[in-house]
Amino acid sequence: LQQRRGIRLSAPAAIQVTVRDALNQALDEELERDERVFLLGEEVAQYDGAYKISRGLWKKYGDKRVIDTPISEMGFTGIAVGAAMAGLRPVCEFMTFNFSMQAIDQVINSAAKTCYMSAGAIAVPIVFRGPNGASAGVAAQHSQCFAAWYGHCPGLKVVSPWSSEDAKGLLKASIRDDNPVVMLENELLYGVPFEMSEQAQSKDFIVPIGKAKIERQGTHVTLVSHSRPVGHCLEAAAVLAKEGVECEVINLRTIRPMDIETVEASVVKTNHLVTVEGGWPQFGVGAEICARIMEGSAFNYLDAPAVRVTGADVPMPYAKILEDNCIPQVKDIIFAVKKTLNI
Amino acid sequence: ASRVMVASRNYADFANEATFEIKKCDLHRLEEGPSTTAVMTREEGLHYYKTMQTIRRMELKSDQLYKQKIIRGFCHLYDGQEACCVGLEVAIKPTDHVITAYRAHGFTYARGVPVREILAELTGRKGGCVKGKGGSMHMYTKNFYGGNGIVGAQVPLGAGIALACKYFGKNEVCLTLYGDGAANQGQIFETYNMAALWKLPCIFICENNRYGMGTSVERAAASTDYYKRGDFIPGLRVDGMDVLCVREAAKFAAEYCRAGKGPILMELQTYRYHGHSMSDPGISYRTREEIQEVRSKSDPITLLKDRMVNNNLASIEELKEIDVAVRKEIEEAAQFATTDPEPPLEELGNHIYFNEPPFEVRGPNQWIRYKSVS
Repeated sequence: LQQRRGIRLSAPAAIQVTVRDALNQALDEELERDERVFLLGEEVAQYDGAYKISRGLWKKYGDKRVIDTPISEMGFTGIAVGAAMAGLRPVCEFMTFNFSMQAIDQVINSAAKTCYMSAGAIAVPIVFRGPNGASAGVAAQHSQCFAAWYGHCPGLKVVSPWSSEDAKGLLKASIRDDNPVVMLENELLYGVPFEMSEQAQSKDFIVPIGKAKIERQGTHVTLVSHSRPVGHCLEAAAVLAKEGVECEVINLRTIRPMDIETVEASVVKTNHLVTVEGGWPQFGVGAEICARIMEGSAFNYLDAPAVRVTGADVPMPYAKILEDNCIPQVKDIIFAVKKTLNI
Repeated sequence: ASRVMVASRNYADFANEATFEIKKCDLHRLEEGPSTTAVMTREEGLHYYKTMQTIRRMELKSDQLYKQKIIRGFCHLYDGQEACCVGLEVAIKPTDHVITAYRAHGFTYARGVPVREILAELTGRKGGCVKGKGGSMHMYTKNFYGGNGIVGAQVPLGAGIALACKYFGKNEVCLTLYGDGAANQGQIFETYNMAALWKLPCIFICENNRYGMGTSVERAAASTDYYKRGDFIPGLRVDGMDVLCVREAAKFAAEYCRAGKGPILMELQTYRYHGHSMSDPGISYRTREEIQEVRSKSDPITLLKDRMVNNNLASIEELKEIDVAVRKEIEEAAQFATTDPEPPLEELGNHIYFNEPPFEVRGPNQWIRYKSVS
C-alpha cells in the first residue's frame, strides 16, 4: 500500500529516523487512534521520558493519557494490568527491564495467565516496554537481558526490535494486540538512525508479531539474532564477505512466538547455524533455537553443530575493558562463524 | 409428596419492613460514618437470607466433595463470612466491579454465577464457570475479576479497575478485597498511595477474619487497626457478621467514591469456621471453644433469622422452607458437578491468547501438539 500525498515525479522518499523518534511516533499515532490507549510509568509525562521516548506526549495528550507514577513498580504494574482487564489499553513503561523484576509477578501471574485461567473471559491488552539488556557502564544490576525470562512464559508475546522500522511497527502492533506484550528495547539503539521507507512512515504501518526478517541474504551460514546484536551480525557479515563467506542474517524481531520456520528454511539452505544474543548463555534464546532446530526438519541439513554467541556468563562488570568483553563483539561472531565452517 | 400446610399465617400478617439498630462503625479521618439504623424490607430480608444460606450450604457441600477427593488442590471456604459478600453486593450495582483473593466462592455466587457452575468448576468439569481451566481460586464473571491466587496481587489490580472506572466516566466503583494476612503486603501500600494521589474510585476492603492461615493478627501486624493502615485514606471498621452493618457501610463508602473524593477503606471484622483451606483443620492456632462461641453468638445467618422472626418480617416455617429449597438446589448442583464430563483434551491448548488466529501449542514432547483457539 503506498500512501499518496500528491503527484510524485521521483521514487518514494525514505528518510533517516532514530529508534527514539520511531517509538515516539508509534506512541503518538496509537494514542491518537484509540482513546483507550494510555501511557504510564516513571518520568513518562513531565520529564518527557527518562530516555525521552515519550517526548511531547504529555503536552499533547495531558494527564489522563500520560501518567507519571511514583517509584512503585509492583503497584503501578498491577494497576496497569487491572486497567487492561477493565477495558483500557495501557502501555506500561519500565525505566529499564531490570526494575520489572520487582513487578514480575504482575506481568506473569496477573497478565500472562489470566486469559487462560478465565477460559477467555478476561483479556489483558497491555504492553510492557522499556530498555532491556546491556547499556554502557551501568554495571551488573542495570544490565540484565530478560528475553529468556519472559520468552519462557505462555500467555505472553515478547518482541525485540532492532531497527527503527522494527521499533515503530512492533510497538504499533503490540498496542493493537489484545494480549500482554513485552517489548524489549535497547538503550544504545535509541539514538541510532535507520532508514525508514515511506511505507513505514504511514500511520497504519505494522510489523507483524511472530515473523522474523531476513536482513541479509547469504548461502554459507545462518546468523540468527535479535535487538542490537543484529547490527553486529551485519558488520561481521560485511567483513566475512571480503573473505568470500556469505552470511544470511536473520533478525528474529519476535522472541515469542518465535518464527523458527524462517530459521529452518535458512539452515536448509546454508547448512550452518550461529545464534547471537546479548543475554547469558544458559537457558537462553540461542539455546531454544538450537533445541528446536534439532527437533525439526533442518537438523538433517546441518553440516556442523549449531553454535551460540552470547553475553559472558557473569554479572556485568563496570570497567570498560571488562564490560566490552562481556558482550558479543563482531570479532566473536566472526570467530564462531569460522569455527563452524572450519576455516 | 403433597404439600403440608404448616403455616396458618398468610403474607398479609407480616410487616413490610422494620428498622434495626446497628453497631456504630469506628472511624478514621472521617467526621461522620454510616447510619446507625438500617431499614430492611421483608423482601430484602428474604433475599439476604436465601443468598447467605445458599453460600453456607454450597461451602459445606464443597467440604464434603473435597473429603471425597472429588475436589482437588486448594479449597478455601467462606462459611462464617457470608454477611460480607452479601452485604457488599446488595449495596452496589451490577455495573460496579469486584475483585478479591482466593476465598472467592461466596463472591462468585453473589456476582451472579450459578451454584452448579461454581461446583462444576471445583470438580474440574467442562460445565464449570471457566470450563475447568481455573478451579477454586480462578473463577470470573462479568465485572468480577476473580479469584486471585497470589496474596495481595489483586489489590493493585483493583485500583487499576478503579482507574478504568474513572477514565470511562461512568460513575462506577471497584470493591478491592484482601485479608488481614495480605494487609501487610508492600504492594498494598504502593496502591494506597497511587489510589489517593489519583483519587481513584476504589473501595479497599480488608476482610479481617483474625487469622492469616495459622498466624493470628497479633503475631503478624504491628498495628491490627486495619481500617487505619491506609493512613491518609479515610477508614471504617465494620461489624462483618451483620449483613445490615456491612450494607450500610458499603453504601456509605460507594457514595463517598462516586462523589469523586477518592479511595476509602473498610475493615470488616468477620470469622471463618473452616481452617485456612481444606488442608488446615483450623484448630492448632485457635480453640474449638472460640469457634463455637462465634457460631452461637455471632453467626450471620442466625442473626438475620432472629431479626426477621422477632420483627415479624418472616416466620420460622417460611425460613425453613427456604432452607429446604436451598438444600435441594445444592444437591442438584452437586449432582451436576459430579456427573458432568471433564473438559475434552483439546481444551488444554485453548485460550492462551485472546482474539488470535488458531495456532499450535507444544505438549509434553515435540510430537504432541494441541490446537489453540481463542
